[in-house]
Amino acid sequence: MQLSLGPLQYFWSRERTLAFYRNAATWPLDRIHLGETVCSKRRELATRDWVALADELAASGKQIVLSTLALIEAESELGALRRIVENGRFLVEANDLSAVQYCRQRGLPFVAGPTLNIYSAQALSLLIEDGLQRWVAGVEQGHDLISELRAAMSALGQTMPELEVIAWGRLPLAYSARCFTARALDIAKDDCGFRCIEHPDGLPLATREGDRFLRINGVQIQGDEITDLAPEITELAALGVAALRLYPQHEGMSDVVARFRAAVDSDTPVARVGAENGYWRAAPGKAGLPLQPA
Amino acid sequence: MQLVCPAGNLPALKAAVEHGADAVYVGFRDQTNARAFPGLNFSEAELHEGIRLAHARGRKVYIALNTYPDSVRVEQWFAAVDRAAEFGADAIIAADMAVLDYAARTHPSLPRHLSVQGSATTAAALTYMHERFGISRAVLPRVLSIQQVERVCAASPVPLEVFAFGSLCIMVEGRCQLSSYVTGASPNRHGVCSPARFVRWDEAPDGTRTVRLNGVLIDRFEEHEPAGYPTVCKGRFDVNGEVFHALEEPTSLNTIELLPRLAKAGVAALKIEGRQRGVAYVSTVARIWRQAIDRHRANPEHWQVDGAWQSALAAHAEGRQTTLGPYHRAWH
Repeated sequence: MQLSLGPLQYFWSRERTLAFYRNAATWPLDRIHLGETVCSKRRELATRDWVALADELAASGKQIVLSTLALIEAESELGALRRIVENGRFLVEANDLSAVQYCRQRGLPFVAGPTLNIYSAQALSLLIEDGLQRWVAGVEQGHDLISELRAAMSALGQTMPELEVIAWGRLPLAYSARCFTARALDIAKDDCGFRCIEHPDGLPLATREGDRFLRINGVQIQGDEITDLAPEITELAALGVAALRLYPQHEGMSDVVARFRAAVDSDTPVARVGAENGYWRAAPGKAGLPLQPA
Repeated sequence: MQLVCPAGNLPALKAAVEHGADAVYVGFRDQTNARAFPGLNFSEAELHEGIRLAHARGRKVYIALNTYPDSVRVEQWFAAVDRAAEFGADAIIAADMAVLDYAARTHPSLPRHLSVQGSATTAAALTYMHERFGISRAVLPRVLSIQQVERVCAASPVPLEVFAFGSLCIMVEGRCQLSSYVTGASPNRHGVCSPARFVRWDEAPDGTRTVRLNGVLIDRFEEHEPAGYPTVCKGRFDVNGEVFHALEEPTSLNTIELLPRLAKAGVAALKIEGRQRGVAYVSTVARIWRQAIDRHRANPEHWQVDGAWQSALAAHAEGRQTTLGPYHRAWH
């Protein structure tokens, strides 16, 4: 099974980002996704810097994929997207239909990112016609949905594309025009000062009882828990999952990758280190909540 | 501009038509639409009757089939498309590619509107949906500023419908998993957000009320404090030691002051949210927007917002307050 480093969801300094990826080039990964997927205002690395970094990291022999924004609002963002699609070398992860359209128009294959809504074999087949080469399942696509989708694909006489599943990290749950980091700091989004850089793993949001609940990451909301599907690796393999997506975090990522590499290469089940991902069992995504109201 | 009003049941449909809706949007009584609430929506007989009533008055009926079926249930959505065509609906409103593709192939003459749940915010995404599935209209997610709406209108291959009034989803529609993170049920898959069966209110002896969604504390209210419905995005939470509406306050969208700009931008239709709301809401909101649109059409140069409209609309707003929401940059 392959290991994919998902795109960096947070905003880190240029130095920190470059150092992280230069280290990542030495980790036992098969693939690295680069690029800004959350907020176009984050420009410690401009589009051309990401592409230059991709060129540099490609020498490591790992596959490099350029990821794109999940929410596109401005013409300038479409322009940047066009430049990424036309990079001429690297595969693109489409996180919005705008990217799908740009790839399709140019006859380029693409990776369908987790924010494209693919819930059925029929929808997946349509995107395969458009050039979908690999599918990163979204957060709501758990074991049973994928298993049924795979069966439906074969009933339709379709070949299942390479499937990647989010196996480590905080789940991306929602995107907005509003910047929630700016709101929490009582500053305007248009004058935000890029303060999300102060929260390299997002800004924790707790309930009024102090229970950790969500993570604010600019215009994105994540679940607070770092989900961990390592104990399910045997089950993932049986389901035909080709790659596990590991989302970057500020500290300890090298250990995370090493642990998954060992788990993938071994026959012995590993204990869970992060949180259970409820979605995988068709339950509420947050660990430990009942499927039916109490 | 066309006025598109919600109808969660037959009385609401009658009220919408009566008070000036050019079109109403409705759903079947199942998970094929994004307001799959208990006691809401139309049986087949009611839908027949609703379409007959609306058509007799020269109004249109759109059927929302805007959830995302999984592989096992997709046939149920296809059957719903067949029923919409058979019943003589004027359009379906759909988001899922499989549903749009089936409709385009099987009922090419039944117009297809891209639902807000389809998350299309750019001319490129709209072009994809147009070229691929022949959509003839799209509803924009509530994330664009008025300037961005104007630009998308100018570049879109299809006429656009925008939200004008009603409860405000602050996340990109079709890409919000906050409800399923807590309850397992989502707008995309089950047509519900923060479903009522997971909501639990508790009152303490001192009058303090707490509201939980599947056990997760969404908010706590003092005895006389107004309390809203506990969707995750409208709760009060602790960030950096401060408790506040970290995502959004209970508030409704109201764009009436933008009407001239939306008209000038070439917006084809104004959508009123609220299939879960009753006859009083639909009647008032439809009547006011009808007046506003008609007055603007008759005399665009001298059009102005009527103060009475604003107070009547605020009375029907969530938390009794309204906002221009994402249309206004300061909201972002």
